[in-house]
Formats: sequence, C-alpha cells, structure tokens
Amino acid sequence: MLRDPRLHALARFAGLLGVALAVFAAVLLVFGKNPLRAYVDIFAGTLGSSYGFSETLVKMIPLVLAALAVAVPARIWLINVGGEGQLFVGALSATWAAIHLPGLPGWLLLPAMAALGFVGGGLWAALAGALRARGWVSETIATLLMNYVAILLVNFFVFGPWKDPEGVNYPQTAEFPAGALLPTLGGTRVHLGLLFALVATAVFAFVLARTRWGLEMRAIGGNAEAARRAGISITRYVVLLMFVGGGLAGLAGMAEVSAIQGRLRPSLSPGYGYSGFLISWLAGGSPAGIVAASFVLAVIVAGGDILQMTQELPGSVVNILMSVVLFVVLGRQGAGR
Amino acid sequence: MSALVRSLLAGSILSGTPLLYATLAELVGERAGVVNLGLEGVMLIGAVTGFIATVHTGSAMAGVIAAALAGAVFNLVFAFLVVTRRANQLATGLALMFAGVGLSALLGARYIGSRISGLPEFRVPVLADVPIIGPAFFVHDGLVYAAAPLAVLLWWILFSTRWGLEVRVVGENPVAAFAAGKNPYALQYQALCLAGMLGGLAGAHLSLGVARTWAEWMTAGRGFIAVALVIFAKWHPLRAMAGALLFGGAISLEIQMQARGVKVSPFILDMLPYVLSLAVLAIWGGARRHTAPASLGRVFQGMP
Amino acid sequence: MKILYGFSRADAGEIRLDGAPIAIASPHDARRHRIGMVFQELVQVPALTVAENIALFLPDLGAVLDRRAIARRIGDTSNRYGLATDPDALVWQLSVGERQRMEIVKLLLGDARILLLDEPTRGLAPHEVESLFGIFRNLRGDGYAVVFITHKLEEVLACADRITVMRQGAVAGSLGRAEATTSILVSLMFGGAVSPAPRGAPATRGRETTPILELRGVSVPPEGHATGLTNVDLTIWPHEIVGVAGVAGNGQRELGDVIIGLAPCRAGRKCYAGVDATRWSVARLRARGVVFIPEDALGMAAVGGLTILENMVLGDTRKYARAGGLAIDWDAARTDLERSLARLGVSIPSADRPIGALSGGNVQRVILAREMAREPRLVIAFYPTRGLDVRSAVAARELLARARERGAGVLLISEDLDELFALADRLVVVFRGRIVGSGAPGDGASDTLAMDDVGHLMTSGSRPVRV
Repeated sequence: MLRDPRLHALARFAGLLGVALAVFAAVLLVFGKNPLRAYVDIFAGTLGSSYGFSETLVKMIPLVLAALAVAVPARIWLINVGGEGQLFVGALSATWAAIHLPGLPGWLLLPAMAALGFVGGGLWAALAGALRARGWVSETIATLLMNYVAILLVNFFVFGPWKDPEGVNYPQTAEFPAGALLPTLGGTRVHLGLLFALVATAVFAFVLARTRWGLEMRAIGGNAEAARRAGISITRYVVLLMFVGGGLAGLAGMAEVSAIQGRLRPSLSPGYGYSGFLISWLAGGSPAGIVAASFVLAVIVAGGDILQMTQELPGSVVNILMSVVLFVVLGRQGAGR
Repeated sequence: MSALVRSLLAGSILSGTPLLYATLAELVGERAGVVNLGLEGVMLIGAVTGFIATVHTGSAMAGVIAAALAGAVFNLVFAFLVVTRRANQLATGLALMFAGVGLSALLGARYIGSRISGLPEFRVPVLADVPIIGPAFFVHDGLVYAAAPLAVLLWWILFSTRWGLEVRVVGENPVAAFAAGKNPYALQYQALCLAGMLGGLAGAHLSLGVARTWAEWMTAGRGFIAVALVIFAKWHPLRAMAGALLFGGAISLEIQMQARGVKVSPFILDMLPYVLSLAVLAIWGGARRHTAPASLGRVFQGMP
Repeated sequence: MKILYGFSRADAGEIRLDGAPIAIASPHDARRHRIGMVFQELVQVPALTVAENIALFLPDLGAVLDRRAIARRIGDTSNRYGLATDPDALVWQLSVGERQRMEIVKLLLGDARILLLDEPTRGLAPHEVESLFGIFRNLRGDGYAVVFITHKLEEVLACADRITVMRQGAVAGSLGRAEATTSILVSLMFGGAVSPAPRGAPATRGRETTPILELRGVSVPPEGHATGLTNVDLTIWPHEIVGVAGVAGNGQRELGDVIIGLAPCRAGRKCYAGVDATRWSVARLRARGVVFIPEDALGMAAVGGLTILENMVLGDTRKYARAGGLAIDWDAARTDLERSLARLGVSIPSADRPIGALSGGNVQRVILAREMAREPRLVIAFYPTRGLDVRSAVAARELLARARERGAGVLLISEDLDELFALADRLVVVFRGRIVGSGAPGDGASDTLAMDDVGHLMTSGSRPVRV
C-alpha cells in the first residue's frame, strides 16, 4: 500500500510515536494524573492556536541547530554530546560583542555576534576534536565533561564581571542594546534564527550530496581505513567537523540570547544540546529528518512548560516522554550498529 | 591547619565514596563490553528511591537496599535495549539518563526540601580518637566503610573467579565466550544487573550520606565523571579507589575553600573536577588502547 | 564446519555421531559431544594469558580459579604431544605457530576427541607445517579424529588418510589417500583443469640510475600489539618487482604503510624518485604516482556503501572536483573508469550500484582499475591475491607483471611463497620488524634464496646451516 519509502518511514515513525505516547500516558496514570487531559493541554498549547504554533517554532530553532551540531560530526562517526556546552559558549561569546560593541549599528553588530557565537562554540568543540584527533581522549567523554565547564563559565560571568548592576540579585547581564536583538516575524517571537536553522540544514544536505567534501565525509563514514589509504586526512576532518558542529550549536546560543532572552542568563537552555543529540539519532542524521524530528521534539519541549503550569508536574517530566520516544526507536530490532 | 587537613581528608573520603561506587558500576559493565552513559540516570533513581524508602520506613538501611534494587531494575531496561535489542549503547545510555532525570524528578517532587538524618555515623572505637587521622578516616557512615572492601572484592571476583574470567572474555571477544559454550548475553545481563546495584548505591550515598536531602538532578554529572574515572583507572577496581579519592579531594577542596572564604569564584572551583578529569585523561592518552576491553561498545551480533 | 561446531544451523539433514543422530544447536552442544574446533584467531582473547584462554574452555573449571592447577595441566598435555606453550604468556605476544599449539592444547584439555582445524597451516613456515603434521600423527595414534581443512594440495597428500573435496557448498568427491593424486583433486576442485599461474617475463630492468624508492635506516615505533620496523633499508628500481616474504605480523603492514605515507618514520629517510619524501602525506605521494593494492579491497580500499563510480572518484577527489570542490565531474570519472576496466578486460554491469553488492573478486578488480588508471610509478601490493578465487588471482598477478613492464617499481607483500617465487625479481624477508635476508629467488647458490632458506628466515631470522 505504502509504495513510497518516505511515506513508509513516516508511517513507521508515527506508529512508534503512538507507542511512546501510550507508555508515557501509563506513567502519568500511575502518578494519578489524567493523561488525556495532559495530551489535550499539550495539543492546545502547541498546535491548537497560532500563538502556540509560533511558540513551538521558537523552540524548534535551537533544536534544529543543536541536532545539526550532532549530525555533522556524526557523519564520520564522531559522537558530539557537547551541544549543550557549545550552545552556552556560543551565547557567551556573542554576548561579549553585545556588551563591548554596543555602539555598532545592527547590520554590523548582529553579524559580528553570529560570527563570534559560531567561532566560540566551534572552538569549544574543536578542542575536543583535537584531543580526539591526537588519540588522547574520546570525543564523547571530552564533550560531556566540557558541558559542565561551559555552563559554569557562563555562571561565572553573569554572577561576576558581567552582572547587571541594576539587576539586584538576578544573575544576568544588562539588557542588550537594540542593535543586538535579532529581528522577529510579525507580532510573534519567531525570529531570524529560523532562517539560520533552515539554511544550515540545506547547506548540510547540499555539501553532503554534491560536493567533493561531502563525498570525502561519506567515504570516511563508510570506511575510514579506505579513506585514509586514498589520501584523505582524517585528523583534518575530525577537527573541522567538530568545529562546524560546535559552531552551529554556538549559533543556536547566539540566537537564544539575542532574540529570546535579550540578555545572558544561566537558564538559557533547558537541555537543547542533549535533545539535539536525540533528534539527530532519531533522524538517522538525515537533514529532512532532522527538521521533522525537531518539530516533534519542539512540541514535547513546549508541552513540558504547559504541563508544569496546568498539571503541576515538574518540568523535567518531559524528559521521560523524550526518553520513551527514544527507547521505542532504539528498541526496534537492528537499530544498533 | 590541622583542622583544614582533617576536614579535607574527611571530605575527600565522603565525596569520593559515591564516585567510587559509580566508578565500580561503570567498570563492571565496561569489563563486559558495555559502555553505559546512563549511569547518571541510574544514580538518580537510586538516590530518589533510597530517599523515599528512608522517609517512609525511617530506616536508612531499607533505603540503601531499595536503592540497590531500583538501580538494578532500572539498568535492566538498558540491558534489554543494548543486549537483547542490540541498540546503540551511547544513544541508549543518554536516553536512560533522560529517563532517570525525568522519572526521579516525578518520584521526588513531593520530597524536595525535606530533610532526614540519613545514614548513621559509626565511630570506630580507639582509632577515631587518633588526632587528625581518627576523625578523618574513622567517623563515617557504613557505606563509606564498605566501599573500599567492595572494590577489593570486585577485583578478586573479576580476576580470580570463573565468572570474572567469563565476563572479561565477553568484554574482549564475545565470539570466544560463545565458542567456549558460554552465553555472552546472559553474562552481559548479569554484569549490568550488578552495575545497576552499584549505581543505585552510589545514588543512595549521595542522598542518604552526603546531602541528606533530595534535589532534582543532584548527581550533577558525577555519573559522567565516573565514566572518565574508569578510563583513569584503566579498568582496574583497585586503581578506581585512587581515582575516586583524588576526585573526592577536588570536590572537598572546593567546599573547604568556599567555607573558608577564599576569594575565588565558586564557579571556577566547581570546574575543578571536570577540568581535572579532562587533563588526566589527556595525559593518560596513548596508553588507553592497550587496556580497554577490546569489544567495548560493540554489539555482539552472533557469529560472524 | 560451522554447522558441526554449532555456530550455524543446518537447514536440512542430520549429523550422526558413532552411528546415532545428534542435534547441535550451539557450541555448547558440540562440546558436550566432544567435538572441538580450531579457528584462526577468531576465538582467542589477545589481552589475556594462555592459561586464561585455555581455562575458559575447561569443562570442569571451578567457580574460583586455581591458577597453579591449570598451569600444571597445561604443562602435562603440552609435554605429552610436544606442544610447547608458556601458560603465563599473553596471547598477543605469541607467534602464529605458538597460537596454533595453544589452540590444540585447549581442545585436548577441553576433552574433545574430534578435532576440526580450519586452515591451520596459513601463516606457518614449511618446517612448522611439518611439525604440525607430526602432532597430527601422534593424536591419531592416541585415538583422536582430526578433520583438517586446507586449500593446499600437497598438505592434504602429506598427512591425510581420507580426503573430501568441497566445491561451492557441496561435496565434490571423497576418496582414500591411496587413490588420490594431484590431478584428480584439482579436477574435483575446479571441475576441470586449471593452468598454473604464468611465470612473469624475466626482469627487463634497464640502466636507470635513480631508484623509484629508497628507504635508509627507517624505523617505525610499534603501535599497540603490532610490530614496528627497525632500521630498514630497501631499494626499489623501476621495472622491478621486489617480493616481501614473512610470517604475517612481522612488520609487513608497517612497511607498506610507511611507504604510502600512512605511518610516520621515527628515524631514517625515505626518498621517492630521488627526492626526500620522508614527511610527505598520503595525498602527496599518491599525486606523484604511488598506488596501493590491498589484501581485502572492501576493507582497505573501497567504501561498500558508496557506488562504484563514487569509489572511482575517491581515488583522486581533487582531480574530479570542479568549482573548487562544490561539484564533481562524474562524466570524467565514468570515462576513466570505463577505459581502465576495458584495459583490464573486465566489464561491470552498472557503475551506479553500491560497490559492496559486488563479489569480492569484482571489488578487487574495480580497485585495481582505479589504481592502475593513475599511471603508477610505484605499486604497493599488500597480499593482493589473498582470499581471491584462482582466476582473479591470476589476473591480479598478470597486472603486477604488466605494471613492471611499463616501468613501474612494484613491492609485492605476500605470504604465498609460490607466488613470490613466480613473480619477484628480488626477495627480502622480514622478521620481527627487520629485514633479515635478501636475494634473487633461486636455488640457494651464491646470492640467491631457496624456498627453504626463506622459510627459516621467516620463522627464526636466520638461514639454516648447510652441510
């Protein structure tokens, strides 16, 4: 019936999602909550209204970028679990520009912030890449540990040197100048970051399918030994792809501080980096899949805020839903490698 | 000065204990060829169930047992996915971490802020009265005293018993274990069950012995530090003791410096364990290849 | 074989033991029926000791290991059959022959009475093979049954009592030793006669003055469990095939890797066509005409998931890149591939299929076509015929001979002494990372090396003393 393989994949994905929703419903039931009400609340608060939909898109922006941050290095089997930290460092370096170059006009300041965010996140990840390329530390462990360092670094700045003197006890920087704020769409909070995310996805797809570097990446991913013997420098790709991945996460951080927060706060991400890892995994690294899976996860993340308000559940409960989705996908026979 | 040394030593041991349990947990699993990045989640489940059981029964002992059982059951979810369903170990581990974070938050929501007396301290007679060393080494709770003997026991099990040999062979070359008529899957299940119990104990010591309260995500990355510590220990239980003590020391140093009003940002001090982990791993570097179980992270697919 | 040991299951038919049918679903069952199997490498744990490896297979192993008792039992069995093994040695430090002996001790202590051996002579020197056959004879005398799989006819004829020939998963014939001859076996194996590999044309080396490759005092540090190279001197001239003989794992891989630029030299100098190339990258050497032909094309040279054409481009991504890398000139690659395949006399149905879908021989042919399309000046062939069927192996050898005629220098790394003696103009023997002997293949007179000399050099690093 479903001849088109893409349609088939979609149907299977929907089926798995259904199983995951049922399991999560059972968990809610055990804790004395009405799962039906919870799902109705989530639906009404995300897809049911134009405001809810726009808020879902807002959540989707960092998720797409964070997922690409994982998917790009994953092409050559690098496991980047440091999207969270790279996002924080990107936010931090973008904030530097907003604080120290407030006089610049927006058309100069915003690109500078984006570039700094990219380079900051990129270098943070490239450090882990360089450690891996030398064969010293696995990039999985390095990126994991560096997440904590990055978050503490942001804390250090917002509690210390960059603390808003008028903010009394709130740990945050002063509000950004108008030129440091990303333009938004109409009356919503959907911002230019959406364009970053979609363009980055398209560029990734193009590079992978059409260019010499894409072929070399696919070769390393398919058989690193053969690629090495064909004269492709794997160390160079390890550092480069970690840099690009980290840069994309950094860009997500820049977009969050510039468009959503308008200042640097330690609470700038509810774990977008980790969710990005799961999205990339769900999508099998495919660019179109990343956009689709990011949308689903954005609904779940936005749903978490709603459950917190309407059902008095702790916000991190959505982590259960997220992990159940993943368990169901992982548990499919042969998903392993 | 002697007060500082005393609190520093006592603090290193106290903070190092959950790390040691966690490191041993990860080590058992990795010896059987399975990397578990979800240890963080297992610890959280252990911490929260231990805490809840203690609140309701009033017995810390019951809390410890509940934590070990809950950790084992929770880790069996992981075992089912990576062993039976042959799922990717790293992705499954992270998903397990998320599940642990969410589930423990849900379970513990009503207990945030409540305090308990937790694990009772035992003063070892006579020895506890020795100046400096006495209070540092001999005034602790039962899980602290049990930790080091447990590491030695695990070393003996891994290197001197048949089960230990079989587990190590599964981690090195599951095909060899299969050819010898053993069941690699069963061995991995057993190792992961033991790992879950140890991970649950690690969490229990955090909530019942160290913090004596429950807070969301109270492990704060200790599960990941344990993964790094296993590499630091070169997959050897006795070296894990040294590693856990060193990192416990870093955490304790940070607490002592804060308590004494040393003018360093607490956030910079907080970075210490993570930066230390990275530095140590980087220095260890090349030697890793020789000691890591050869089949670590791979999925046994039956016969080639 | 795998069915008999329970690794794979039979779809049909039955297994009878002593006349009674038995079921074997796993190695566990096989061992219960006292069937033991020796695999190559497959079931050893390199990081553990010999005693631990053997203990794993002991049927009566106690819950707590008694190391002294295990070592004693190993010693007893080893002495009885002349299978010298050191229980405390780590397996990765053992030679192939020592591992072989360990495997046999393992089976004997594991109480097997039917021993299955899959290609046990691979990688053994001639005199080691002889001593292995001696062990077989002792075992036969003690009432053991030995099943011995090999593709070398002279070995079968030297030691078997009964011979079964397999062809494409079916028994092609079974006969007693007395009725078997080489030609009968060959015709059973191939369903017809096959002519032996052609001997290459005699060396046509001219009067070039610059060697294509020169290694002077090159050392490579050992990595992990592998051997390094120590103070290697090697010269390859144009129009010459230099053969490298040695037991696998004595530095051959490192030698090939250091030449193609993959392994760094710790000491010494490498000159390529008269220019110092010690620090050149793989890409730079390839761009100047160094090509590499691997043992297992799908493992070392081709990317199974990519198409044949993509694999062709992979040979030189810079050459086919357009617009600075933003596009790839697929048409140019297709033309080159077709031309090169035609020259090899091979046709491939479609270049747009994944290369992994081809048979092993065809993957090797595509890689040969890709590498030869680059007009090589130096060919590094790393066990190029291992695992190939006879026809593909002959084609690969012809290709190396042709590259020599066209003026290339060839380094042929092989463990098949017949192949080396048939093709090489000069031989070097490696042992534990050193070159321990060199000379033209011959009868052992003056500067030449006889097959027997090579065998001894391979396994002990020195030549036998001649009376």
